[in-house]
Amino acid sequence: MTLQEPILRIERLSVAFNAEPVLSDVTFTLSRGEAIAVVGPNGAGKTVLFRAILGLVPYQGNVRFSKGVRIGYVPQRLTVERDFPLTVEEFLRLRSGDLQKITAVLREIDTHHAAEHRGDPEHELQHLREHYLKQRLGVLSGGEFQKALIASALLNEPDVLLFDEPTSGLDVGGEESVYALLHRLQRERGLAMLLISHDLSVVYRYAQQVLCLHHRQLCFGPPHEVLEPETLQKIYGYDLGFYAHDGEKKPRPML
Amino acid sequence: METASLISVPTLLLAAAVGAAAGYVGAFMILRRLALVGDALTHVALPGLGAALTFGFNPFLGAFTALTAAVVGVWFIETRTRLYLEALVGVFFTIALAVGILITPEHELFEALFGDIADITPLAALAGIAVAGAAMVTMSRLQPALLTTTIAPDLAKTYRVPVRRTELSFLLVMATTVAIGITAVGTLLMGALVIIPAITAKRLAKSFRSYATMSIVAGISSAVIGVLIAARSGIPPGVAVVLVGATLFLASLLVKPQR
Repeated sequence: MTLQEPILRIERLSVAFNAEPVLSDVTFTLSRGEAIAVVGPNGAGKTVLFRAILGLVPYQGNVRFSKGVRIGYVPQRLTVERDFPLTVEEFLRLRSGDLQKITAVLREIDTHHAAEHRGDPEHELQHLREHYLKQRLGVLSGGEFQKALIASALLNEPDVLLFDEPTSGLDVGGEESVYALLHRLQRERGLAMLLISHDLSVVYRYAQQVLCLHHRQLCFGPPHEVLEPETLQKIYGYDLGFYAHDGEKKPRPML
Repeated sequence: METASLISVPTLLLAAAVGAAAGYVGAFMILRRLALVGDALTHVALPGLGAALTFGFNPFLGAFTALTAAVVGVWFIETRTRLYLEALVGVFFTIALAVGILITPEHELFEALFGDIADITPLAALAGIAVAGAAMVTMSRLQPALLTTTIAPDLAKTYRVPVRRTELSFLLVMATTVAIGITAVGTLLMGALVIIPAITAKRLAKSFRSYATMSIVAGISSAVIGVLIAARSGIPPGVAVVLVGATLFLASLLVKPQR
């Protein structure tokens, strides 16, 4: 597995709704093990880009996954009514009938929680079942729900993960941000990732490439090279005053 | 309507099978917010039933043909236009009811609307039980795909769940279940047998497993107890079945829902 091997190629992708262009002429390549952050203001077409890549909306241009690639998708949100009778376990079992696999994935996601019960797997499993797996999906907190969505995506054993960041704050494991988690998964599983982010510091820390979007592609490249003040102003329409100064953590090369 | 007619074992078993299938299919209809759509759809069977009674062929086949035609028609138009499912079912329902009343012989209309399970021959009852069983097996096979498309249609596509095929299969199972049920409880009240057990279960269930189980049990109880009451009292079976279901629902309101 090399960094250069492309896993997803997007060529001249355009999407229009009722003849109204929403995205035009987007072209980029995602390689194995690489993380690309998609940034842009609200309504810039970021989620639409994901939906086009997943084949959920009609588009023009090419979306090419390399052969046999498995995709995981974590949507921004899922509306589940509070009284929808489906437990977390039942939701995850829709992806895998193997409870051991499910608990292994949850343990991988929630290291903080797993550490609390280290050395006592029996007790850990019981705790997990009672406090999480047996809960109804609709009553979970935002972070817990996100965890279920990520687990569901991981159970598909993806090579590529598409992560659409919810606009509200996330707290997956107590001490680890969802991005640190994704970063860890990227490293440990060699996952390629396409993530929509609203937080530029996340982009600098966790993405090797950044794609700036505002209906069309305004930049593509390593964040510290392409996120110039002028570009940011073009994307967001005003000066954010955000500069990648020298002290900023440069993205580490992966693998 | 005879009073105190004897209820045969096959008839009771048919009632139980219809109740179980209606409870299971209804559980999904409620989750997919198809309660009223499903109710309206049950009336679509009337012209088929009327034709069967007029020309003397099997009422189940008549009802099933009419329902399948309506379901496939609605599904076909819905996937090709932007019309709402509810609106389309409304159109089919009113047309079907009008045509049904027009072609059903007047003396058969009461039976078509309210059903008469005591009239069913043992052989027809066994056939009905077999069809209900097949409907339940199909539902359990469809269950994972159906739950995925219900909760997250986008994820379903991503995970390569055949969304449209799953939906069409579900509608066909729904048509089959309603068609058998109609011979027992009639067109007018079959909708209730699909809706009430599921809604009774939904308030109390915490997991899908318990929800489906409770809905099936409530369906069986309503159908069996209803048919027994009908046989003893002379109330039309359809009416008795619905009233038993309604009683169970009201009783469930007294129970504190699980959290």
